Amino acid sequence: MTPQGTGLQRARRVQAWWLVLPTLAVLAAVAGWPLARTVFFSLTDAKLSALGTHRFVGLDNYLGPRFGDGGVLFDPEWWASVGNTLLFAASSVLLETLLGLGIALLLNHPSRLRTLLRAAVLVPWAIPTVVSARMWTWMLHDQFGILNTALVAAGLASEPLAWTADPSLSFVTIVMVDVWKTTPFMALLTLAALQMVPRDCHEAAQIDGASPWTIFTHITLPLILPAMLVAMVFRGLDALRVFDVIYVMTSNSRATRSMSVYVREQLIDFQKIGAGSAAATLLFATIAVVTLAWLLATRSRMRELD
Amino acid sequence: MQATLRAAALAATLCLGAFGAHAVTLKISCGAVGLEFQLCKEESDAWAQKTGHEVQVINAPNDSNERLALYQQILGSGSDKIDIYQIDVVWPGLLANHLIDLKPFTKGAEKAHFPAIVANNTVGDKLVAMPWFTDAGLLFYRKDLLAKYKVAPPTTWDALAAAAKKIQDGERAAGNPKMWGFVWQGRAYEGLSCNATEWLASFGGGAIVEPNGKVSVNNANAIKALQTAAGWVGTITPKAVLNYAEEDSRGVFQSGNAVFLRNWPYVWALAHKPDSQIAGKVGVMPLPAGGSGSSGGRSAATLGGWQLSVSKYSKNAAVAADLVNYLVSAAVQKDRAIKASYNPTLPALYQDADVMAANPFMAELASTFAAAVSRPSTVTAAQYNQVSNLFWNAAHDVLSGKAKAPQAVADLDRQLNKLAPADKWN
Repeated sequence: MTPQGTGLQRARRVQAWWLVLPTLAVLAAVAGWPLARTVFFSLTDAKLSALGTHRFVGLDNYLGPRFGDGGVLFDPEWWASVGNTLLFAASSVLLETLLGLGIALLLNHPSRLRTLLRAAVLVPWAIPTVVSARMWTWMLHDQFGILNTALVAAGLASEPLAWTADPSLSFVTIVMVDVWKTTPFMALLTLAALQMVPRDCHEAAQIDGASPWTIFTHITLPLILPAMLVAMVFRGLDALRVFDVIYVMTSNSRATRSMSVYVREQLIDFQKIGAGSAAATLLFATIAVVTLAWLLATRSRMRELD
Repeated sequence: MQATLRAAALAATLCLGAFGAHAVTLKISCGAVGLEFQLCKEESDAWAQKTGHEVQVINAPNDSNERLALYQQILGSGSDKIDIYQIDVVWPGLLANHLIDLKPFTKGAEKAHFPAIVANNTVGDKLVAMPWFTDAGLLFYRKDLLAKYKVAPPTTWDALAAAAKKIQDGERAAGNPKMWGFVWQGRAYEGLSCNATEWLASFGGGAIVEPNGKVSVNNANAIKALQTAAGWVGTITPKAVLNYAEEDSRGVFQSGNAVFLRNWPYVWALAHKPDSQIAGKVGVMPLPAGGSGSSGGRSAATLGGWQLSVSKYSKNAAVAADLVNYLVSAAVQKDRAIKASYNPTLPALYQDADVMAANPFMAELASTFAAAVSRPSTVTAAQYNQVSNLFWNAAHDVLSGKAKAPQAVADLDRQLNKLAPADKWN
């Protein structure tokens, strides 16, 4: 390499830094600063009622003042909410991916209805979660809800089911409402991937006499998998910080409490900015760990995308 | 020409300035349970008309703990977005730091209200809220159905369960499959704490945390009370009650699908509106007693009620205090009692013929209102919210069958003691 080339390269690198600097600054202001504040508050005994006066308490909010007592990490309710959140994320993302794939395959068939259907399928995704959760709460209401009326009328249930109240049903109900809302997102991303699949591959396979199932498993799926894995990361991140659908439908019930609901309860209901920030920091760490693990596990597949 | 224009502009500015100093816009946050919101708007408008000020009424969430969370967020940020807050009887201690002392503005008017409520609203020597209406848990029942099945209004929980079962089965057989015996508030929120406080007190199971700071919930009577309530779920009470707040349970009762309802007095006025399906068929009585007479049970009603407070961040605190004085005045409270059955906080109104004619139960149940049990908000002060949250979750777990009552109260006892080592609450 000639000295001239190095100089040009350096100039380009400097220019690149200048170009991304505004983005980095904005990111630091809107994401970095709040995150740093949260981590800072998690090391103090701050209260929402008197934010000005707080003192440094080290790791007490995580481990408790006498190790093991009163810290978030030793609170069984925190771990129950972690369990709820992970179960929610795993089941809802899995269902959304499968359903999204199915819908995308149907929509990918050339038809005059396709444009209309593609728009229609987006409707649930376009409704704000609080609104759709309220809507579902009414439809699932045991006395006035249309779903129970229909089930009883069809003879599928002997009496109205308490969808949001019965602890054995409320979790399933919440997953169901979330799947209803976010399947369109997965369907659309999968559809985008499907439309990138070169048609000649399919034609060649058809000429060679491959069955539709073989074509799907050996050609279509491997080609769209990297894109689907990325979509699953997005959905997974979203599902891990789930709050609105749970809070609207079942309030503060322990049976469905997610990590975010726990954090809000500490921060707002109990005014404990310290403990709440500790929980929020742990929530951030959990999401980071799960995402990293997912990216590592699927790295070889992702690489095929490039 | 230019000079004239400038003079005119100056005059206009001065006028506006002078006008602005007198007419202000106040924001008041009101609840929306039953007729609350509509009345609050009418009354505020009447005051605005009289004084030339403007009032915007803000609709607060119905679940009281959600409302508290919202208030705490707004007040915590020192915002002047809301001038007047409608606060629950258990909140003065929690919010006192953010509220002004109303004493300089009331000119002693608080002396005409129930002394116990005024004492509850006085934190240190600050009167942080004026009483607006008081509440106590009541048992509403269908007079017509009790008469049809020849059942006397039940005075014990056992009698209630038996009556509810009998009527529920009879009505279902007679063609209303949606009929239930008894509905109440079982959602995991403050309302469940109110209901469960009544069960515990009626069985002699204490007040969760006693006034001296001792956690008392782990006792046989409290366990019996929770077990009794859990026994209703799925038999005389729909399982969905575990997600019912006040208005959900009223909805079931008012559409004619429940025999008994535990709720606050406001239901009376709504049940007797001309368009109500149960108008003229509703009776009201004190809640049943626990145990069976000899075991020392009693009827217990949780003390509720709402107050009006002025935020210390308000830019027009004096005007806001004037609106508060107007809203808690005898004339407005009388109007609210007649139109919507909000119990006055002025003892004098209980001698008022018009109020008593509209709400005969207020005189009959005077002893219930006088002997209402308090939630442990005074002793647990800033930690009340945590205590209540733990309590309603423990009760919710027992009701839903997720936990057995003895285990649930033992866990609750341990958690509460952790909050207040050596019975010291701060």
